[in-house]
Amino acid sequence: MAIEVRIPTILRTLTGGAKSVEGAGDTLDALIADLDSRHSGLRDRLVDDSGLRRFVNVYLNDEDVRFLGGLTATVKDGDTVTVLPAVAGGMR
Amino acid sequence: MLTISRALIDQVIAHARADHPDEACGVIAGPAGSDRPERFIAMTNAERSPTFYRFDSMEQLRVWREMDDRDEEPVVIYHSHTATEAYPSRTDISYAMEPTAHYLLVSTRTPGDIEVRSFMIVDRVVTEEEVRAAAGQDGMIET
Repeated sequence: MAIEVRIPTILRTLTGGAKSVEGAGDTLDALIADLDSRHSGLRDRLVDDSGLRRFVNVYLNDEDVRFLGGLTATVKDGDTVTVLPAVAGGMR
Repeated sequence: MLTISRALIDQVIAHARADHPDEACGVIAGPAGSDRPERFIAMTNAERSPTFYRFDSMEQLRVWREMDDRDEEPVVIYHSHTATEAYPSRTDISYAMEPTAHYLLVSTRTPGDIEVRSFMIVDRVVTEEEVRAAAGQDGMIET
């Protein structure tokens, strides 16, 4: 089983520079745990106590996982997960 | 130093003016590794707020995929401050996640005197840089 996970520039220090890594799991949560077992620290950059971090966008194929149940989203062989840090900021 | 055409700066300023008092935001893409801003991409501020901006998540996916297909990267990430100076705020710094991008800030707080300043933000350290606005319609012709 292989799910491609596309990694943004800022997190490539955790993947040895790789733009894309492979993982396995039935849910996004399981997939992230699987990746973290080989790329230590990756989970912490994506997940906090309340679930997926608010300012990290995670997409399953062409959809934002916020609309697919977040960490509980079902993933399967052949899916592509893309991670993009939100671009945001403000006055303060 | 950020080297950028006058035409691109004018597009950024026009966007900031048009969206005032909401914060405007966007990207200027360029060939990966070139540090040349070339392609202006205005983004929707999903927050539509005078004090906060955030790229719409699906629009960001589309634009990032497009840049990847074209072998580009976000050379400039711009946004406007509508009541404060053109300097990165605490939130700007904490959310800056593109280590090689030039963060271009525009302030529209004084209509007749638009401030434009540029910064690198790496590991939460802000370094201001010179903006070299080059003349010329096509490409970077340094004056």
